[in-house]
Amino acid sequence: MNFIQKSKIFYSFSGIIITISLLSLLIWGFNFGIDFTGGSLWELSVAENINQSTEKINNYLKESDLGQVDIQTTSENSLILRFSNISEEKHIKLLGELKEIIPSVEERRFESIGPSIGQELKTKSIWAIILVFFGILTYLWYAFRHSSLRVPSYRYGILAVLVLMHDAIFIIGLFVILGKFQGWEVNSDFLVALLVVIGYSVHDTIVVFDRIRENFKLKIKDSLENIINLSIQQTLVRALNTSLTTIFPLLTLYFFGPLSIKILVVAMISGVIIGTYSSVFLAAPLLYEWSIKKA
Amino acid sequence: MNYKKILIIFGIFIATILLGVFIYPQGMAARGIKLPDFFYKDFNFGLDISGGTLLIYEADLSNVDSADYSSAMTGLRDVIERRINYSGVREPRVTVNKSGEAWRLTVELAGIKDIQEAIKMIGETPYLEFKEIRSEEETEAILENEELTDVDPYFKATALTGKYLERADIDFDQTTSLPVINLKFNDEGSKIFAELTKNNIGNPLAIYLDDYPISIPVVREEIPSGIAQISGEFTLAEARELAARLNQGALPVPISLISQQSVGAILGEESIEKISQAALFGFLLVILFMSIFYRFPGLLASISLIIYVILVLSIFKFIPVTLTLAGVTGFILSIGMAVDANVLIFEYAKEEMRKNKPMWISMEDGFQRSWSAIRDSNIATIISAIILYYFSSSMIRGFALTLAIGVGAGLLTAIYITRIFLQTFIINKQ
Repeated sequence: MNFIQKSKIFYSFSGIIITISLLSLLIWGFNFGIDFTGGSLWELSVAENINQSTEKINNYLKESDLGQVDIQTTSENSLILRFSNISEEKHIKLLGELKEIIPSVEERRFESIGPSIGQELKTKSIWAIILVFFGILTYLWYAFRHSSLRVPSYRYGILAVLVLMHDAIFIIGLFVILGKFQGWEVNSDFLVALLVVIGYSVHDTIVVFDRIRENFKLKIKDSLENIINLSIQQTLVRALNTSLTTIFPLLTLYFFGPLSIKILVVAMISGVIIGTYSSVFLAAPLLYEWSIKKA
Repeated sequence: MNYKKILIIFGIFIATILLGVFIYPQGMAARGIKLPDFFYKDFNFGLDISGGTLLIYEADLSNVDSADYSSAMTGLRDVIERRINYSGVREPRVTVNKSGEAWRLTVELAGIKDIQEAIKMIGETPYLEFKEIRSEEETEAILENEELTDVDPYFKATALTGKYLERADIDFDQTTSLPVINLKFNDEGSKIFAELTKNNIGNPLAIYLDDYPISIPVVREEIPSGIAQISGEFTLAEARELAARLNQGALPVPISLISQQSVGAILGEESIEKISQAALFGFLLVILFMSIFYRFPGLLASISLIIYVILVLSIFKFIPVTLTLAGVTGFILSIGMAVDANVLIFEYAKEEMRKNKPMWISMEDGFQRSWSAIRDSNIATIISAIILYYFSSSMIRGFALTLAIGVGAGLLTAIYITRIFLQTFIINKQ
C-alpha cells in the first residue's frame, strides 16, 4: 500500500479536525473549571446521615446554574463543595435555599478563591508547554544531525512539534466540544490529557522518524517516496501494537474504574489514538513533502 | 548455558522478590513473617487520592509595611514548609492566598488525617517578641479610654522579634537548676537588643511568646552581646520543644489558625481499590497480548515488565513520591513507553527472522537496530519531563516526576533485563 500517494486523505482529515477544533474554540471558548478560574469552596455540616444529605444537596445543586459542583465528604459529618466563583449575594441565597431542603445544614466555612491562582496555573502551564516544544525541537535537531544529507535534521524537530500541535489542538477541540455538550470542564484532567498526548505523540513520531533515518542509510539509492513509504509500512504494526497495549489498561480503567476518572481516561484514549495516527500518517508524509521541495 | 548469566538472572529475581515484599509487606505479615519497620513505609498519596489535612492560617500583617506583604508571606511560607519537611512529611503544599484584604496560608498535608498531629507538626507558632514598658501617662491614657480594651496598657511592642533570632539553646539556671532558654540574636538583632536594654535600665522588659508574657526580667545594664535568656517555668520537655521550634525558624509574622479540617478523598478508599484492580486487569491483558502476539519472547518481555513495575513502585515508595492522580497518569504513560521498547525490539527481530536468520541472531539484531529509536524517544520524553518539572505548578510536577522516573527505569529494564533474559533463554539455547 502506498501511503504517500494517499497522504492527501490524511491531510484533509487532519485539516478538518483542526478546523473544527479551532472553530469551536472560537465560537464556544473553553469551559474552564475552578482549577483555572479560581472558585468557591463551601463547607457544610449536617446532623442527618451524611450520604443521604449529600445526595439531596447534589440533586438540588444539579438543577441550579452553578455548573460542575465537586462534592467531597469529610470525616466530620460535613461536606465540601467546590464550584465556580459566586457573589456574596448568591452565596447567601443558596444557603437559604439549602436550609429549606435540609434544616440542619450549618455553614462551616465559605471561601471564594480569587482568580489569581488559576491565572498562575494557566500562565505557567502555557510557558512550560512552549518550553517543552523547544526542548523537543532542539533535541531532535541534535539527535538526527547525522541522519542524512537528504533531509536536514532541524526539519525532523520542526515537524515533530507541528504534529504535536496538531494533537494538542485535537485535545483542545475535544474538550471544547464535549465541554459544550457534555459539560466537560477544562481543569486538571484537561492539562493531564494534554501532557499525555504530547508525551505519547513525541515518542511515536520519533520512532517513525528513526525508521526513516535507518532506511536512508540502508537504501541509499531508493527514491524518497519509496523510503518513507517503506518506513510507514514497517512501523505500522508496531504503532498499532503499542497503542493497543496502552489502550488495554485504559479500557479496563474505563469499565471497572471509578466514575471520577472516566473523563480523564476517555481523553487519554483519544489522545493515544490521535498520537498514533498523526505520527505515522501525518509526520512521515509531511517529511516527504518537505524533502521533495528542496530536493 | 552461561553460568554467569544464570547467576545474574538469579540475582534479579531475588532483588525483585525483595522489592515486591517492600511494596506489599502486608503479604508477608499475613504469613507471620516479621519484617523490619523500614518495609512498612506507606505509599504517599496526594490529597486528591488519599484525602488528608487542610489547614488555613491567617497572617497578621499589621506590623508590616504594605509594600512588604508579599515578601513577608513568602518568608512565612518558607518557614512553615521547613517545619513540615523537618517533621518528615514530604511535599506539603503550602500556598499563599489573598482573600479580600486577608492574607492566608493554606497548608495541605496529604495522607495525614489526624488534625491534632498536623497542627502540632506545624507548631504552636512560637511568635517571639520583646516588649518594653509604657510610660505611666500612656498606661493611664489607655486605661481611661474604654475603646482601647484590647490594647496592653503596660507593655508596648518593640522592633525586636523572633525574626532576628540566630539560635536558641537549652541551658539550666545555676541557682534554681530549672531549664532556661538562651537566645542568641544576629548582628542586627544584637544592635536592637543593646539599644533596648540601654534605654530600659532599671525597667522590666517583657518576653512574649505567642502574645503571652513568659518572662519579665528587669534590665540591670546594657547588653551588647546579643544574648538573652528566657527563664519561664518550663519542664525540660517543654523547654526542649520550644528551643527546637525557635531554631526551625521563628515566624516572621504572627499567624492564627482559622480553619482546620481533614479532607475525605475524592476517590475514596473503595475507589483506590477499584483502580488498582482495574489496572491489574489491564496489565494482565497486556501480558496476554504480548505472549500471544510475540510468543515465548513476549512472555519473557512480560516478566521483565512485571519486574519493571515492581521496580518503579519501589522507587515511588522509597523516595517517596507523592502520588496524585496526575502522577499516576504519568506512571501509566511510562508503562506504555516501556512496553513500546519491547514491541520495537520484537518487531525488528521479526523482520530479521523473515530474512531467514536464526532466532537468536534476529533477537540480537533486533536489539541493535531498535536501540536508536528507544534511546531518542525516551530521552525526548525525559527532557520534556524535566522541563515540565522545573517550569510548572505542583500538579504538573507530580506528572513529570513519575513520568521521568518511569521512563528512566523503563530504559534500564528494556536494555538490561529484557536483553539478558532473551540472551539466556533464547540465544544461548540454540
